[in-house]
Amino acid sequence: MTSRYDLSHVFEIKGRNFSKAGSVSIDIKEILRELGIDPVIVRRAAIAAYEAEINVVMYADKGEMVLRLNPKVIRITLEDEGPGIEDIEMAMQEGYSTATDEIREMGFGAGMGLPNIKKNADVFELKSTVGKGTSYNIVIYLNPTGKT
Amino acid sequence: MSRYFHSVSVDADKCDGRMRCLRVCPTQAIRIRNGKAVILEEKCIDCGECITACPNEAIMALTDPIGELNRFKYTVAIPSPALYAQFGRSILPDKILAGLKKIGFDDAYDLAITCGDTSLAIEHFLDEYSGPKPLISNSCPSVVSLVQVKYPQLVDHIIPIKLPKRLAAKEIKERKSKELGLKPDEIGTFYITPCPVKMIAIKQPPSEEECYLDGAISIADIYGPLLSVLESEDKGSYRKSLESICILGIGWAVAGGMHRTQGLKNVLDVSGIADIITTFNDIERGKLQNIDLVVAYTCPQGCVGGSLTVENRYISYNKILRLLETLEQENIEACRDKRDIRERYRQKYFHMQQKYEPRPIQALDEDLGKAIKKRQKKQRIYDSLPKVDCGICGAPTCLTFAEDVVKGDAQLSNCIFNVPSRFKELTGELSRLMDAFGYMGEDKGRKPRKEKRRKKS
Repeated sequence: MTSRYDLSHVFEIKGRNFSKAGSVSIDIKEILRELGIDPVIVRRAAIAAYEAEINVVMYADKGEMVLRLNPKVIRITLEDEGPGIEDIEMAMQEGYSTATDEIREMGFGAGMGLPNIKKNADVFELKSTVGKGTSYNIVIYLNPTGKT
Repeated sequence: MSRYFHSVSVDADKCDGRMRCLRVCPTQAIRIRNGKAVILEEKCIDCGECITACPNEAIMALTDPIGELNRFKYTVAIPSPALYAQFGRSILPDKILAGLKKIGFDDAYDLAITCGDTSLAIEHFLDEYSGPKPLISNSCPSVVSLVQVKYPQLVDHIIPIKLPKRLAAKEIKERKSKELGLKPDEIGTFYITPCPVKMIAIKQPPSEEECYLDGAISIADIYGPLLSVLESEDKGSYRKSLESICILGIGWAVAGGMHRTQGLKNVLDVSGIADIITTFNDIERGKLQNIDLVVAYTCPQGCVGGSLTVENRYISYNKILRLLETLEQENIEACRDKRDIRERYRQKYFHMQQKYEPRPIQALDEDLGKAIKKRQKKQRIYDSLPKVDCGICGAPTCLTFAEDVVKGDAQLSNCIFNVPSRFKELTGELSRLMDAFGYMGEDKGRKPRKEKRRKKS
C-alpha cells in the first residue's frame, strides 16, 4: 500500500536501555492526542508502539521507529538491528518468549508483546533476518469503516 | 461562565512573575503573560502544586472564611481525617472535634466513620466487579481530573462510589433538620480541607450530583484558632478517646492507609504527581491488570501532604501510622456495623448515579488535516528553539511554547533566543539611520588611550 503521509516523525530507540523504555510510545501518544484522534485509537496505537519499542529494548542493539500519518491512516514502522526472530509464526503465539530470566524478573518477556501488537493493529507485518534485525509494519485506520 | 470551576486563582497584584509556579505545574497549565501568572482552565487539575511553590503567596485556594458560619442557624464541621494529624500525638480526634465546637461550630462530625463505611463499600464493589483492571480510587479529586484530562481512556477505571464527605453532609443535613426542626438550608455543613481541590467536589462535583456541602474551610486557616483551644488528653481519657476512632476511616488521611486494615490485599498505593503519571502510563499500556485497585494521591504521603496543611507531611503521616498500629494492637475498630453497611450497599446507597466523563484537551484543530499541518509547524518551530526550557517566553517548556505559537497564543519573538537576530536587524537599521543623518558618536575622533608599559624593577 502506498499512501502519501502528511506527517512523519522519527524516533531512535536504544537497546538495553530499560530506564527509558516506553518513552517513545508516550511521545507518539502525545502527538496523536494533540491531533484530536479518538482516544480509543490513540490507545491502540500507543500499545502497539510500546510493545514494539520494548522488543527493541529487550533484544536488539538499536532501532528506528517512524510514525507516519494522514487523515485516513496511522502507520508505525520499526527497523531494528539485532538478533532477529528465528520462527516468526512461533513468536506470534501468546505466551511464547525467548526472554532471559533476567528480563522476566523485570516484568517483561511474558510472550504477549507481538500478539498484543496484532490485536491492536489493523495490519501487522513482521519481517526478520536472523543475525541482522527485524522490521515491523503497523497500520491503524482512522476511519471507522476500516479500509482506506 | 467558564466551563470548569477552579479553586486555584492568581492574585495579579501579588504576582511578580517569578515563574516558580510555571515550572512545578504538572499539566503545563500556567503561562506568564505581561509579567503575571495566568492559569489555563482547560489544563488545570487543581492539584495545588503552584500554591506551595509561590514565594509571594500570590496563588490562592478559594476556600471560605470562618465568618461564613454566620449565614446559617446551625453549623456542622466535617473535618478531613488529615486534620487529626496536624497536632501532637497526645491529641486524639475527639479532642479536636471538641475544639471545633469551641471555635464556633455547633457540632463537629467525625468523617473517619463515613470513610470507614466507604472503605467497606469499596470492598464490596471490588468483590463483584468484573470490568477492566486496575480500578482507580476517586478519593483524590485531583487524580480524577488528571485521568479525565490526560488519560481519557481510563475514566471507566475510576471507582463510581460516592465520596465520604458528600455522603456525610447529606446524612447530617437530613438528621439535624429532623432533630432541630430546621430547614436543610438553615444548616451549614463545612468541610475542613487539606487542599484546594476538595473545593471542586463542592462547587463543581465530578459528576452532576446534588451536593449537600455548603463550604470548605482550609486547615491552615483554622489551625491557629483551634490550637489555642485544644486540650491534651489525660491518662484517664486517653483510652476512651482511642476507643472512639474508626480504624477503617482514619487511614484515609495518608497514602496506603485506606486499605491497611481491610480485606483489600491487592492494592497499589501511589502518591506524588510524577509517580502517578508513571503508574497511569503503565495502566494505559495494559499493564498492572493483576492489581485490583490503585489508590493515588497527588500530594506526597496523601492528604496529610496537602498544600493547605500546616504540619510537616512526614510527621503527620507518622502520627496516623502510629495511631493505626496502636488501634491494631489494641483491637479497636469503632466502625459501624458491617452488616448494616452491606445492606446499604445492596440498596445502592454508595453508588454514584452518573459516570465520570473524559475531559480531553482541545486538539490543535478540529479538522484532522489542519491539525496535522499545525503539528508539523509546531515541530519545525520546536526544532528551531534552544530547548533549554528557560521560561522567559512565559511558557514552561520550549515544546509548549511551540504549541502556543501554533495556536496563536504566543509569538515567536517572545523567545529570548530570537532576540540577538532581531537585535542585529535593529542595530543595522539604526546605523543606517545614523549614517543618513551624518551622526558622529562622542568617541569618534578621540585617540585610543595608550597602554601603560610597566617597567621591570
